[in-house]
Amino acid sequence: MAEFKEIPSNAPMSAKVTNWFENRFPTAFDAYRVHLAEYYAPKNFNFWYFFGSLALLVLVIQIVTGIFLVMHYKPDAALAFASVEYIMRDVPWGWLIRYMHSTGASAFFVVVYLHMYRGLIYGSYRKPRELVWIFGCAIFLVLMAEAFMGYLLPWGQMSYWGAQVIVNLFSAIPFIGPDLALMIRGDYVVGDATLNRFFSFHVIAVPLVLLGLVVAHLLALHDVGSNNPDGVEIKAKKDESGRPLDGIPFHPYYTVHDVMGVGFFLMIFSAVVFFAPEMGGYFLEANNFIPADPLKTPAHIAPVWYFTPFYSMLRAITTEMVYVLMACVALGGVMGAISLKGSAKLVSIGAAVLVIGSMAVTDAKFWGVIVMGAAVIILFFLPWLDYSPVRSIRYRPSWHKVVYGVFVVNFVILAYLGVQPPSPVFERISQAGTLLYFGFFLLMPWWSQKGEFKAEPDRVNFQPH
Amino acid sequence: MSEATVNNGRRTWLINTAVVGGAGTAAVAVPFVSSFQPSERAKAAGAAVEVDISKLAPGEKITVEWRGKPVWILRRTPEMLATLEADEAELADPNSDRKAYPIPEYAKNRYRSIKPEVLVAVGICPHLGCSPSDKFEAGAQPSLPNDWAGGFLCPCHGSTFDLAGRVFKNKPSPDNLEVPPHMYLSDTMLLIGEDQQA
Repeated sequence: MAEFKEIPSNAPMSAKVTNWFENRFPTAFDAYRVHLAEYYAPKNFNFWYFFGSLALLVLVIQIVTGIFLVMHYKPDAALAFASVEYIMRDVPWGWLIRYMHSTGASAFFVVVYLHMYRGLIYGSYRKPRELVWIFGCAIFLVLMAEAFMGYLLPWGQMSYWGAQVIVNLFSAIPFIGPDLALMIRGDYVVGDATLNRFFSFHVIAVPLVLLGLVVAHLLALHDVGSNNPDGVEIKAKKDESGRPLDGIPFHPYYTVHDVMGVGFFLMIFSAVVFFAPEMGGYFLEANNFIPADPLKTPAHIAPVWYFTPFYSMLRAITTEMVYVLMACVALGGVMGAISLKGSAKLVSIGAAVLVIGSMAVTDAKFWGVIVMGAAVIILFFLPWLDYSPVRSIRYRPSWHKVVYGVFVVNFVILAYLGVQPPSPVFERISQAGTLLYFGFFLLMPWWSQKGEFKAEPDRVNFQPH
Repeated sequence: MSEATVNNGRRTWLINTAVVGGAGTAAVAVPFVSSFQPSERAKAAGAAVEVDISKLAPGEKITVEWRGKPVWILRRTPEMLATLEADEAELADPNSDRKAYPIPEYAKNRYRSIKPEVLVAVGICPHLGCSPSDKFEAGAQPSLPNDWAGGFLCPCHGSTFDLAGRVFKNKPSPDNLEVPPHMYLSDTMLLIGEDQQA
């Protein structure tokens, strides 16, 4: 009681009530100061900086619509498909809640991909923000699991066969694979047991993990402070009261700014929900309007659009391609032996030999799984692959922009190829695309240092408006 | 508290935005709250039930399900009907005036029915929802008064009802048994759940 703040007895009632709470729950008030009113964010945020708050919005949309869907959905293989049709036709406004949830799932990935791209071009993953990036990559991975499990729930043809294929990926792991796949499925084929446990994970377990990771992501960010398009550390120049000269309090400036962003986003989101929720079969796939049939696979299976780049890479790893991978690993081993020092040279050669050896004795199928996983895992290592002396793309050599452009176009091509049925030409292109994707990251320690860099400013570029 | 001057232009914008935002939020809430309402399937399942009472003997009671609730149809004997006049002093709401479970106009009488001999009532005690037991035998019995003339006894908390479903005084249930909307499609075909007033 000695630490209680006193307030004059003639203060207005609202001030007294606020004081009562502040004396008993100072954490909440400190949090408001630290994370909102006194969180100084760079004043030069641009379009790319909307997507973090939009990701949080979409998370809330998914949780709220999800809560209402669970009131009517039945997680039983015999009842699930019909319960979704019940929601669409019989539940008052059920069709709207369902469309918001399905559109929200795709919107989540659009927003997250754009959010990650911002991190990529402005070097937001570099010191001291490596952990913010790592939490973010973990969120990406967990989000993919969440979307995959949610997709099984309608129990349509695509749900069933997509799940069958992905769970069988685990059976490709040598030695433990088949038993692991059995454990995941809870049965010899994807069935009611699988549906029930995926329902539990999708509704409770994974959302909790996701929420925890989002909190960690934001707290770690607020500890070090946000990056900005110029890559300038705003904490380097502070005024007499210790406030960054180029910073503005998040509340009210960015809270209001983000409300505007939310407004624009919701306009586009609503247009999709009301006028094109199926998006030509990309958001709600045609095959999923057919109840799951374990005896008949649809002629054309493709994962949902947001998984297709990685699916291309999976399909690209044929027996032939494994030889190419062996050559790449050998090259990597030799480069390591040349540039590393001391015992690391031997480790490099040894590791390469081990990997090439295991490639020789295992199926290409397994390496397809490894490559697909590696395509996501490699993102975690980005802070240690980037050897550029400058943080933001604005001050890098102009041709670096071409490199990033090629990366994006390549990613989109891989996405397109993932939707197409297999063909020899497309297979070659996706193999090239896979090599390009990994080349961008694995060769980054080399190419990110090359070229004429521009001088980084010590204050941000900002035109008042 | 600081003595900062108020920027009226900014304040106007903020208030207007907040009001429009509030209206938007309310509009979004409508579909979600409405989804709590009974679905088309629930409403279809709650449709009216036809009952053929041609085989119902005097003194016999049958139970049908309507909207998940038991509805009793009792063909009362002349002796049973006579008890309804005698017990009115002991009833809490002899004229079925209470509004909690409003009685349809066509049943607002001593017999609480369209045809005097056929009682149609929901077999759920208005106190807390148990289904009362039949106690058609007259005379003293456990939980019943010595001058018991026949009716229903709720086993959960002891509310008693006469043969028109009217509750006796000083019992846990404040209301008489509910009379559902009903009508006669013919002399022997009863329709429970709909009436001419609808």
